[in-house]
Amino acid sequence: MRERYTLSYWSRERVERALGSLIRAFSILFFLVITAFPFYWMLNLSFRPYSDVLLHPLRALPRAIDVASVFAPLTCLRGASEACTTAIRNSSFAAVLIRYGFLTYIRNSVIVSFITVALTLVLAVPAAYAVTRLQFRGRSAMSWGILLIYMFPAIVIGIPLFVFFVRIQQSLGIPLRGNPYTVTIIYLAGTLPVALYMLRSYFPSVPRELEEAALIDGASRLEVIWRITIPLAMPAIASVALYTWMIAWNEFLFALLFLVESQPSWTLPLGLQQLDGQEVPRTFLMAGSVIITLPIIFVFSLFERFLVEGLTAGAVKG
Amino acid sequence: MSAQPANRRRLSLRAREARLAYGLLAPTLVVVFLIVIFPIVWNIILSLQPIRLQDLPNINLLDISNASLNNYMRAITARGGRFWEALRVTFVYTIASSVLALLIGVWAALIVRDPFPGRNIFRGLLLFPYIAPVVSLAFIWKLMLDKNIGVVTLLLSRLGMEPLSYLTTRAYSVNILGLDLNVPLALVTVILFEAWHYFPFAFLFFLARLQAIPRDLYEAAAVDGASPSQLLWYITLPQLRAVAGTLLLLRFIWTFNKFDDIFLLNGGAAGTEVITIQIYQWLFARRNVGVAAAVAVIMALILGALVFIYLRWFQPEEEE
Repeated sequence: MRERYTLSYWSRERVERALGSLIRAFSILFFLVITAFPFYWMLNLSFRPYSDVLLHPLRALPRAIDVASVFAPLTCLRGASEACTTAIRNSSFAAVLIRYGFLTYIRNSVIVSFITVALTLVLAVPAAYAVTRLQFRGRSAMSWGILLIYMFPAIVIGIPLFVFFVRIQQSLGIPLRGNPYTVTIIYLAGTLPVALYMLRSYFPSVPRELEEAALIDGASRLEVIWRITIPLAMPAIASVALYTWMIAWNEFLFALLFLVESQPSWTLPLGLQQLDGQEVPRTFLMAGSVIITLPIIFVFSLFERFLVEGLTAGAVKG
Repeated sequence: MSAQPANRRRLSLRAREARLAYGLLAPTLVVVFLIVIFPIVWNIILSLQPIRLQDLPNINLLDISNASLNNYMRAITARGGRFWEALRVTFVYTIASSVLALLIGVWAALIVRDPFPGRNIFRGLLLFPYIAPVVSLAFIWKLMLDKNIGVVTLLLSRLGMEPLSYLTTRAYSVNILGLDLNVPLALVTVILFEAWHYFPFAFLFFLARLQAIPRDLYEAAAVDGASPSQLLWYITLPQLRAVAGTLLLLRFIWTFNKFDDIFLLNGGAAGTEVITIQIYQWLFARRNVGVAAAVAVIMALILGALVFIYLRWFQPEEEE
C-alpha cells in the first residue's frame, strides 16, 4: 500500500536492488573470510616458531628470519653437519618430516590411497555396468542394496572387523592389523558405494546404439565394455578415481582402529592425530596439517570441473 | 513353429546376459559381503555376548550358549543415564548442524549463481572446507579457538567478549535482555564446525539445481512486476524444495553416523559425547566389546527407523 505514496525513485524494485547488492557484497566478503582465513592462518602459523606465536599470537605474517629457518635444512642436501641437525630441529616442516616420521606416513598414505583407488575401480566399473546395462533377476534389489551401504555407521562395521582382525592375527599369525595393505580392503566400505553411485548415474548417458552396433558386428559383451563403454565413460571414471582418492587420503576412523598398533604403518591423518599427543609445539601440528592438506588442494584445483560435475551427477558421501 | 527357434535363441541370449551380469557383480558382492554384511551380522552376535577387550584372543567367539540381552541393559542403564544423554546430544548435533549446513549452502549458492569477477575461483574456494582432511581442519580450529593464543578468541575479545575455552566449556551463562541463558558452549561450537565443514556439499547441489531453473520463469514474473525478493520467495526457493529434502536426509544420515569431527575436536568432552563417541569409549576406555556392539546395534536401528519414517511419510514429491 505504501508504495503508492512514495516517489517513484524509491520504488520497491530500486530499494530491493540496492539492498540486494549490499547484501551480496557483504556475503562474498563473509564467505571469503570463513573459507580462506583458516587455511591462511594454518600456513601462517606453520612457518613461525612457537615461541613467537606465544608472544605475538596475532602476527599476520611470518618474519623473514622465520621463513629462512624453515628452509634452512635444505642446506643439508649438500652434506650433513652439526648445524644441519639444529636446522632440522628448528624448522617445523623438516622436524615433522624427518624427526616425527611424516616421510614414512606420506609413503603409506600414497600406497594406501592408490591401492584403494585401483581396487575400487576394478570392482565398481564392471558392477555398475551390470546394474545399469544388463537385464538380470535381482537387478533393482542390487542397485538399492548398494545405496543401503551408504547408511551404515562406519563404527558399526568397525567393531566386528576389529574383533575379526585381532582373532585372525592371534590364531593364524597373519598380521592383519598394523598392515597398510589390509586396511585398503576396509577403506572399500567407504569408497565402493560412492563409486557405484556415481558410475550408475553416468553409464546410462553412454549411447546404447554404439554398443549395440558393436554387438551386431560380432564383438562380445566384454569387448564392448572394454573398447567402447569404458573409453566413453572416462570422464566419470576419472572423477570417481579422484574422489575415491580423496576419501582414502583423508580417511581417519579406520586408520585409527586398524593401524594405530604399529607406528611404521600409520597414514598421514593418523600420524598427525597421534602427533598431538606428543609434546610438540603446536606450530608443528600446523606444518603437519599443511603437508596433508596441500596435495588435496593441489589435485582439486587441477581437476575442479571434473570433480564438481562428477559429484553433482550422483550424490556423494561426506 | 517358425518362431520357436528365434524365441529359444533370445532366451538363451537373455540367460547369457544374466550370467555375465552375475559374473561382473560377483567380485563386488564378495567384498561387500566380507566388509559390510558379515560385520553387521556378526556385530549383532557380539552384542549378545559378554566379551571384554582383553578376552578377545582366548574366548570362543562363536559360542552363543550364554547369549543374553545384558549388554543392552547395561548400555541403556549406564551410570547417570549417559546413553540417553548421548542420544539427546546426537539429535541436537545432527539436526542443528544439518539444517545450518543447508541454510549456509543455499545462501552461498544464491551468491554464486549470478556472475561477478573471480566467481570461479570463489566457487573453488568455497569447497575447501569440504575437501580438506578433517584431521587438519580440526587442528586448525582447535588452535584458532585456543583460549590464550587463538586468533578467533583474541579478535572476539577485542570486541568485548571474554576469552572462553570454546571446546571444553559445558555451559556458559549469558544474560540476554534480562534472560539468563545457559548456552551449551562446546556443543554449539562443534555444531558450527560441522556446519562449516559440510555446507559446501549442500552448496554444490543447490547451485546445480539453481542453474537448471528455466529463465522464462523469471522473465514472466518480471513482466508481472515481481520484485527481486518476490522472485526469490515465490520462484527460486520453491524450486529448491526437492533438492533440500534429499540433502537434508543425506546430511542427517551422515552426521548421525559421524565420529571423526567431534573425536578430533575435543574427544566428546563437555557435553558433546555423541553416540559414536560413546561406542568408541565403551570399546577402548572401558574395554567392553559386547556393550559397544550393543550400542552400535541400537544406533543402527534408530537410524534405520528414522530413515524409513522419513521416506514413507515426509519425502517431498520427486521433481518431474
